Amino acid sequence: MTASQVEQKYNFDIVRWFTVVSVIYLVVGTLVGVYIAAELAWPVFNLDTPYLTFGRLRPLHTNAVIFAFGGCILMATGFYSVQRTCGVRLWSDKLAWFTFWGWNLIIVLAVITLPLGFTQGKEYAELEWPIDILIAVVWLSFAANFIVTIARRQSSHIYVSNWFFLGMIVMITYLHVVNSLAIPVTLFKSYSIFASVQDAMIQWWWGHNAVGFYLTAGFLGIMYYFVPKQANRPIFSYRLSVLHFWSLMFGYVWLGSHHLQYTALPDWAGSLGAAISLAMIIPSWGGAVNGMMTLSGAWDKLRTDYVLRFLIMSLAFYAMSTFEGPVMSLKVVNALSHYTDWTIGHVHSGALGWVGMVGAGAIYHLLTRLWSTEIYSVKLVNTHFWLATIGIAIYVVAMWISGLMQGLMWRDYDEFGTLSYTFAESVAAMHPYYVLRTVGGLLYTLGGVLMLYNVIMTIRQASAAPRLSAAPAHA
Amino acid sequence: MAEKIHSTKLQDKLERNIWALLLMLMLLLSIGGIVEIVPLYYLDATMEHNARPEILWQPKAGQTLADWQPGDGIRPYTGLELMGRDVYIREGCYLCHSQMIRPFRDEKERYGHYSLASESIYDHPFQWGSKRTGPDLARVGGKYSDAWHSKHLMAPRSVVPESVMPNYPWLAERVLDEATVSAHLKAMQTLGVPYSDQEISVLAAAAGGKTEMQAMVAYMQVLGTMARLDSGVVYRE
Repeated sequence: MTASQVEQKYNFDIVRWFTVVSVIYLVVGTLVGVYIAAELAWPVFNLDTPYLTFGRLRPLHTNAVIFAFGGCILMATGFYSVQRTCGVRLWSDKLAWFTFWGWNLIIVLAVITLPLGFTQGKEYAELEWPIDILIAVVWLSFAANFIVTIARRQSSHIYVSNWFFLGMIVMITYLHVVNSLAIPVTLFKSYSIFASVQDAMIQWWWGHNAVGFYLTAGFLGIMYYFVPKQANRPIFSYRLSVLHFWSLMFGYVWLGSHHLQYTALPDWAGSLGAAISLAMIIPSWGGAVNGMMTLSGAWDKLRTDYVLRFLIMSLAFYAMSTFEGPVMSLKVVNALSHYTDWTIGHVHSGALGWVGMVGAGAIYHLLTRLWSTEIYSVKLVNTHFWLATIGIAIYVVAMWISGLMQGLMWRDYDEFGTLSYTFAESVAAMHPYYVLRTVGGLLYTLGGVLMLYNVIMTIRQASAAPRLSAAPAHA
Repeated sequence: MAEKIHSTKLQDKLERNIWALLLMLMLLLSIGGIVEIVPLYYLDATMEHNARPEILWQPKAGQTLADWQPGDGIRPYTGLELMGRDVYIREGCYLCHSQMIRPFRDEKERYGHYSLASESIYDHPFQWGSKRTGPDLARVGGKYSDAWHSKHLMAPRSVVPESVMPNYPWLAERVLDEATVSAHLKAMQTLGVPYSDQEISVLAAAAGGKTEMQAMVAYMQVLGTMARLDSGVVYRE
């Protein structure tokens, strides 16, 4: 097929739009992150105004990176790979545009309502009930389009990347609907129907699986399509994919309770969560190996292929954080790490390292294919790569140190058997690490800005050239 | 494509049939949540007051919230406290403060008796938190004066120089509206929190006209003071 035939066969416009907005949201979301990091280092940044305090902007940061950046890149790659792997156009173009505008409306509403303090008060599920209903509707529109497109496929088998996307679609629907159940008081205020320990368990069933299915299963869908495609080799092991998929699907759901070790959650639930968390190292590492070994025999490509470099680095972070997570879920470690910055560091090695890097790899892969052009600047891509990698390293190391220090200072006793430090002393000790974290985050954000610039310049370059001329087909 | 099956028959079938795959996922993905959540509703050991009913306040006939004394047991929040709690949620306090003391020696000395599930029985949603950028607040009630709390909320560094908490000067300016308080209490009543209709109007009237600052301070001061827990009693295995 020529490029123009491919263009006519598939709906790539929807992918283009989702791709571009995802880059914008990455920059915005990480920028808000840098700002709130600065607020913790220098509280004067709170500016004594309600709309910019840490407590209100932190949900904006998490929602922006998870649901705005994460959601848009998942929908871009999902809509792209489902068409390519099934050999058919999206089931409904209209529904796809509904998904696009609906999702972006939700993001705009989040940007408005969160700084105003409209929140349900549940982490990563802060948005109030009218927006929650909108999320459910738009999410199901994405689900319907994705599923029916697969049902109309030309291939006999459903490709592995689609399994992961499907798992995400089903689980996120469950989680969002159950965790958001609430009684409305006004248009902008509601109370969760759950309370106490049951609410805590449901919240972390949601909280951990927003990570497990949105940021892991969904992004593994990206990995399973884009790594083999970019390396131009089949995935390393089909059997490993099957094992990775089913054990991840079954196991991840159980992990939420490890967020509640030593709380008023009954011990059996926490221990169950920890046991399965530990077992999850096997499928997680299986998946990481599966991705990395796809390069087996073509490792030299890492030297020349800027996209593969992002993808492989993301898998390294995936392997690292899926090892760190189970370790932190163990009671003996959790007793120290819980409530500290170590958790924040862990989340960011996953979010910046795995999610952000595999997302960036997919974006660069899509960019040249969707706009049928060369990348504007490879040099900028490489700068982005190193800024991101160094930024993450600084961020994560800073949080490891501050997290361990907090945990150790809080439990430290002096020679007389009294607590060595007041809480305030532990806060003061964090300052240098909060500064470092801000710097790490800033470097990562700068990398995102470079990507945005590169994307804009590449698209401008493409629109300057005659559209879809003799560009090679990438079937 | 060849008809060769590369895996098991079931796997092959699932890979060929989107609806079968979808159904399998829907089943498999529901298991973990059901096993971990549903028993929390019927295992008596989950809520400590099942074994020790005295943890919850049991009003005698004719008693209202006004008759409750600190230590009498866990009770629903007054209108003022509930509005304070809503401010706490609105400002995202839970993102830096936990309300869940773990059963460790250092936490006992720093914060007090470990927290019980029954203590947050009227908390929709729970506010256990996940991070301590600031200290735990589960038992902060009574540790500082009202004046200290106001000053601290207005300008935290005026009383704790090391603090990184934002200033909340607007709390002192915003006034609670009786109708709003009443609506919030009624929603809680719908959720099963034991308020009588008459009590709601009394509580709403008492809170109306007060500032958000007063509400926050009232909420801070009641935290952890409701039940008198005995350090000699094992509430949880």
